[in-house]
Amino acid sequence: MLNYFQQLGVTSLGIFERLGRSSLFFVNILLSIPGVIVRPRLLIAQIYSVGVLSFSLILISGLFVGMVIALQGFYTLSDFGAEGMLGVMVAASLVRELGPVVSALLFAGRAGSALTAEIGLMKTTEQLSGMEMMAVDPIARIVTPRFLAGLISMPLLATVFSAIGILGGYFIGVGLLGIDEGGYWSQMQAKIDFNQDIINGLIKSVIFGWLVTWIAVFEGYDAIPTSEGVSRATTRTVVHSAFVILLVDFILTALMFGDI
Amino acid sequence: MDLSEHDPLIKIKNVHFSRGSKLIFDGVNMDIQRGKVTAIMGPSGTGKTTLLKLIGGQLRPSSGTIEVDGENVHRLRHKQLYQLRKKMGMLFQSGALLTDISVFGNVAFPLREHTKLPESMIRHLVLMKLQAVGLRGARDLMPAELSGGMARRVALARAIALDPMMIMYDEPFTGQDPISMGVLVRLIRLLNDVLGLSSIIVSHDVQETCAIADYVYLVSNGKVVEHGSPKQLADSDSQWSQQFMQGMADGPVPFHYAAKGYAKDLLGLEA
Ligand SMILES: Nc1ncnc2c1ncn2[C@@H]1O[C@H](COP(=O)(O)OP(=O)(O)OP(=O)(O)O)[C@@H](O)[C@H]1O
Ligand SMILES: [Mg+2]
Repeated sequence: MLNYFQQLGVTSLGIFERLGRSSLFFVNILLSIPGVIVRPRLLIAQIYSVGVLSFSLILISGLFVGMVIALQGFYTLSDFGAEGMLGVMVAASLVRELGPVVSALLFAGRAGSALTAEIGLMKTTEQLSGMEMMAVDPIARIVTPRFLAGLISMPLLATVFSAIGILGGYFIGVGLLGIDEGGYWSQMQAKIDFNQDIINGLIKSVIFGWLVTWIAVFEGYDAIPTSEGVSRATTRTVVHSAFVILLVDFILTALMFGDI
Repeated sequence: MDLSEHDPLIKIKNVHFSRGSKLIFDGVNMDIQRGKVTAIMGPSGTGKTTLLKLIGGQLRPSSGTIEVDGENVHRLRHKQLYQLRKKMGMLFQSGALLTDISVFGNVAFPLREHTKLPESMIRHLVLMKLQAVGLRGARDLMPAELSGGMARRVALARAIALDPMMIMYDEPFTGQDPISMGVLVRLIRLLNDVLGLSSIIVSHDVQETCAIADYVYLVSNGKVVEHGSPKQLADSDSQWSQQFMQGMADGPVPFHYAAKGYAKDLLGLEA
């Protein structure tokens, strides 16, 4: 019994220690941002590898998610004779929820894991140490450009996801199920609110982007410098990101849409 | 500050350091002279790499001080430490090349990071440094395409790119064939004398190292056990230096990592 409590104490101390270290790490990232902004070349290269390479995945997934919502939504809405609202339903689910959440989950799997593995391997092969000895701060040179790239890419990817999803819903709703084309778009325009829906969705994706890339770069930087350590860190990135995205999404949704 | 010629470049005073519960340094004292090649030798696992990392400020001693060029490395602020590191070259045991850029890019890296030189100038400098290590023709290869010995030579070219005041070599000779070994030995000496560097070599290769070292420290069990010029050590009748210089397994320097009794271990008995 005593052992159990002791173990509990050790585990929670470990968690707090990691939280503390990751916060300190984040402060170091913040401090190095000005240096990265004045030399945007690195940042652009990272936006390419973090963002652009996730693009096709986001595009295809967005299309299918939009088509599925339209199919499912149509059968429910048609029971109430409200097929005309299909556009609103597709757009609202995507812009508020599925766009930010699903694209963040995909992003964690596609880009987050790659970031952790890359930084972890650089640590394992002493590249980070080597940089330090060349008086190049690895946080400013390696970590911060990747962090900013994630932060910038995420809302863009989520927007693309939602847009292509709405288009997918249109193909299914208007093309396949034969609902009125004008209604699909005009109802959407009338019911989707810029501040309430679009801005809130964007805020979500910015927060998810921040959390996922923070987790990814920290796990890589903090990985035990062995192949096993890096593989564990990569797994942790995906698992923790997924968990944090869903938890934070719940909290944000309650705060943003709880009173309507 | 007026630092005289004779003031040591690096002063290591009573440094203690442990990894977890394992004591690695137990009161190490060393003076590394300016303009000289100083060798640090000792059995594998005594902490030679660790010592270089302490000097470079990547690790912090639990007590004792390390001064480089008159500055206490572990008292410096982040910016000052990075300023000091620009003057220290270090050749990692593994080479530590950046794997996503070519050989050329690796050698150019410190120049591009720390200077505003035009690209044509950088090209000149990089080719000169690569020529010095005999790898000018390999400039377009990626680090993954190099052998271990070649990677180490590229790392050397990179370490001298910024013309530092000192270079720390961690096992520069391992993985070199006899020819490149000979070239490298002479190159280290030449760089030291021509560029007026101070060099620290960490190595097991007693012959090669003694051939170019001005001064040798023998480290074992967390302490400096002998020091002197190579000749003094070779002539010394202390068991430490005799054992190490002649490479015998038996003597005061333990060949084995601390372990329980061999027979008991084989039989699976608890010590
Ligand atoms: N990251 C680490 N964590 C824990 N212990 C370590 C770590 N790195 C090294 N050690 C321990 O510190 C001791 C000294 O290691 P170090 O790499 O400095 O040895 P070395 O003298 O350079 O050996 P070699 O000649 O084989 O390169 C070793 O006993 C090793 O077990
Ligand atoms: Mg070593």
